[in-house]
Amino acid sequence: MDLSWMAWTQPTAIFFAVIASLLLTMSIWEYFSPGGGPRLGILRFETTRGDRFFVSLLGSAFICMAWLTLVGLNLWWGLAACLVYTLLVFRFV
Amino acid sequence: MSIQKAQNNKAWFMVLPVLILVAISAIIPLMTVVNYSVQDTFGNNEFFWVGTEWFQEILSSERFHNALLRTLLFSGLILAIEIPLGILIALAMPKRGWGASVCLVLMALPLLIPWNVVGTIWQVFGRVDIGLLGHGLASLGIDYNYTQNNLDAWLTLILMDVWHWTSLVVLLCYSGLVSIPEVYYQAARIDGATRWAVFRFIQLPKIKRVLLIAVLLRFMDSFMIYTEPFVVTGGGPGNITTFLSIDLVQMAVGQFDLGPAAAMSLIYFLIILLVCWVFYTVMTSYDNDEPTSGGGPQ
Repeated sequence: MDLSWMAWTQPTAIFFAVIASLLLTMSIWEYFSPGGGPRLGILRFETTRGDRFFVSLLGSAFICMAWLTLVGLNLWWGLAACLVYTLLVFRFV
Repeated sequence: MSIQKAQNNKAWFMVLPVLILVAISAIIPLMTVVNYSVQDTFGNNEFFWVGTEWFQEILSSERFHNALLRTLLFSGLILAIEIPLGILIALAMPKRGWGASVCLVLMALPLLIPWNVVGTIWQVFGRVDIGLLGHGLASLGIDYNYTQNNLDAWLTLILMDVWHWTSLVVLLCYSGLVSIPEVYYQAARIDGATRWAVFRFIQLPKIKRVLLIAVLLRFMDSFMIYTEPFVVTGGGPGNITTFLSIDLVQMAVGQFDLGPAAAMSLIYFLIILLVCWVFYTVMTSYDNDEPTSGGGPQ
């Protein structure tokens, strides 16, 4: 099957592979610990771990955009900020 | 409150056909857009890696900022007009009898007209030479020309959207209002409640969920509006009605800048996703807060 029209590159393939493996990890986590671990965090509404995962991904996208606008092209430090943000979301939200 | 453990996961297989359809219609095109957003192309399926350059260019471009501000302003104005107007019309509509049916049909009519037809109707309607609105205003001595005056162009687009979509808000609010049991109104009458008190403490709380859906639908639709302003003003005069969607199409199809257009559409998508999540969270919070009539948690 010719997928050249999709203009794949190695970095974007890695990006989607990471997203897919994260989704798979969340599914395995849910299988072994069903229910989603709902709790009331600092946002004062109930979140499951799926919600926290979504908030982490969405927030990370905005952190990366802010990083590109305010700091510059090197996104590795921005990615580190995203990881810290994700840890905070999973701990406190 | 606890979420019950799933007993039977076989139901997930029922969702599989939908997942396949979504993959073909949404996820694969989205992946392609992501791939385009980090490359440059001059056609012939030849691509050159540029990394995050397009994102940086779009995020710091005045053109994008202005289009985003215009779109947000348009959505804000639309919500500020259509939501109160929709509630007022729904409150004024008869709740039973033949009048209710006639009003519902009349309200539904603008929703049945395709976007491009609405645009064409208003483009002709607003013309100074042959349009009823344009010619009428000119006859009254009002200097109106939506093709040359910025304010007139905005007023025409807002008026057109209000005409087209207020009905949706009306129908949603109306459905919420007719579902309120009569006993609430009887209790209000016994208490001697004023018309405002009935609205504030009975009707508004009962329609707040459908109202939130109306706000979400109207925000999303006005934020993504393309066809109607494109047909009426084409983004002009100048760039004064060039919303994000029009700017995006100009960049992708007009200039054939597929890389920057892909980056811009991803940023656009993320903004919409954020707004959707906020609305979804607020709506589910209402669901959790609302006491159930069937007793406590099972």
